[in-house]
Amino acid sequence: MSEVLADLHDVSRVYQKGKEKVEVLHQLDMQIPAGDFIAIMGPSGSGKTTLLNIIGGLDRPTSGLVNVGGAELTNMSNSQLSSWRSTHVGFIFQFYNLLPVLTAQKNVELPLLLTDFSGKERSKRASIALDIVGLADRAKHYPKELSGGQEQRVAIARAIVSDPSLLLCDEPTGDLDRETADEILRLLQLLNEEHGKTIVMVTHDPQAAEFAKRTLHVDKGQLESRAAA
Amino acid sequence: MKYFGLVWRSLWRKRIRTSLTILSVVVAFLLFTLLSAIGQAFNTGGAMTGAQRLVVIDKITIINPLPISYLQRIAAVPGVEAVVQLSWFGGFYQDPNQQFFQGPTDPDAYLDVYPEIEIPDEQLDAWRNNRVGAVIGRQISNQYGWEIGDRVPINSTIYAQRDGNRTWEFDIEGIFDTTDPKGVTNFMLFHHDYFAEANAFGDGFAGWYTLRLAEGADAVEVANVIDTQFANSPNETETSTEAAFAASFAKQLGNIGLMVQLILGAVFFTLLLVTGNTMSQSVRERISELAVLKTLGFKDGTVLGVVLAESILVMLMGGLLGVLLGWLLTVVIGAAIGVFLPGVVVTVNILILAVLFMVGAGILAGLFPALSARRLTIVEALARG
Repeated sequence: MSEVLADLHDVSRVYQKGKEKVEVLHQLDMQIPAGDFIAIMGPSGSGKTTLLNIIGGLDRPTSGLVNVGGAELTNMSNSQLSSWRSTHVGFIFQFYNLLPVLTAQKNVELPLLLTDFSGKERSKRASIALDIVGLADRAKHYPKELSGGQEQRVAIARAIVSDPSLLLCDEPTGDLDRETADEILRLLQLLNEEHGKTIVMVTHDPQAAEFAKRTLHVDKGQLESRAAA
Repeated sequence: MKYFGLVWRSLWRKRIRTSLTILSVVVAFLLFTLLSAIGQAFNTGGAMTGAQRLVVIDKITIINPLPISYLQRIAAVPGVEAVVQLSWFGGFYQDPNQQFFQGPTDPDAYLDVYPEIEIPDEQLDAWRNNRVGAVIGRQISNQYGWEIGDRVPINSTIYAQRDGNRTWEFDIEGIFDTTDPKGVTNFMLFHHDYFAEANAFGDGFAGWYTLRLAEGADAVEVANVIDTQFANSPNETETSTEAAFAASFAKQLGNIGLMVQLILGAVFFTLLLVTGNTMSQSVRERISELAVLKTLGFKDGTVLGVVLAESILVMLMGGLLGVLLGWLLTVVIGAAIGVFLPGVVVTVNILILAVLFMVGAGILAGLFPALSARRLTIVEALARG
């Protein structure tokens, strides 16, 4: 059996909305083996994105334990979590979230600003990442000069440039047409199979989920597992 | 420095808005530089140590004239090499808004006290020999196009002639220059004797006395001897440096130093509001981007630093340009009003203060937006974006 990369135990997340408490995740247990490609599906408000945020150290559980890559996230300070994220996790969003004032190259270099690499080294690594996603020739373009698919490729390059073991994708194809979405999903498959990245992808799209090795369903803050077709 | 590219590009997200903000900073620091230089000239006491010349004025106010008999008594004080009388004539040529300094004086005594003033011998002789003759500086000659031989009417706002006429006519007998690189030649000199005989207030007084110290004379001691000599008389004196004299003269206009401070206070308060508003808008517009930076691993402090750096950079860009323009303007204005108010110069202290203000104003203007950026919660910010 593969090594477990992420281990969530008895995780609950409760939000306070006014006077009301809303439990988004309820005593959830989950293990993510290294090298897995998981699609997480479920209805709106089921807790998919909250689960992703907790795995990525963007949010903290109200109770329970979260261990990713041997690091106990629940015990970390905000500053420690920031440092941990910069080296261990890559994030890919539905709306790409590139900085419009930076070129594709500079967007990809952003996570490397947090390292001790020289400017030349940062530039070289960003070029390699852009090459992997097939956008080496668009390095000098600004986001507004790129198509949606190209923007998402740049976002993927940014996510992998610091070579994290875990990629977290929140509806990565939600804003793309079918053909472009499939290209992005094939790229994620490539990163999973060829580069050994562990991928957790939240999606509403059953066709997108088919690109994953397995699909987990979240409903009312709890998880049910089914084998992929 | 590795964040500079990010800060720089973020700054120019809205080019017009940033340009206008920088322009307001330019204006603020231009005013700061110019007004500081002027305010400093007003507040200069002038250290006596090393002074070459001293000025003797009435102790109570420079408006009070001093008896002409003081001239000989001051000349007799040990350490005084030469002394000359001068008065504020308050004249203008044609346009009351174009005042320049005209001083009734004694030609030879003046040149003894101001050896840097150069005038050809034949012109000096002509001036000596013409009771209504006058000499003008090169700048005045250039400004009004006056030449030797011209007769010029000067209207005095203070002194009428005995027949009530305020227009005094002078023959231009000479044009002088100065060997002092910092000296000015934007003034006119004429005979004290003519002034004393013809003015409606009568003779027997002078506005002030300027003396040149003998080599090795102790300025403080000479000043003490003079002021002690006239103590307990109806016209007590105060002897000070030329800079202090010029400052006290100009202070007749009012508390210039306070006015300068109030104006600068208003300018900087407005500047903080303008820049603070710009930075707040800038942060509000990119909440999701700041959240992405945090997602990528940028720490709260780093995000705060990036926003603060933008604010400081705006101040530095506009401020340095403003100081440069203010400096140029100060040089021009300082040369124009040098005879009334010397010492209008941009000093190192003003430059250091300007840079400190730039950084300080940058921090103040950017602090609240930066703190709100620092406080951003990633999950909430991404959801809002």
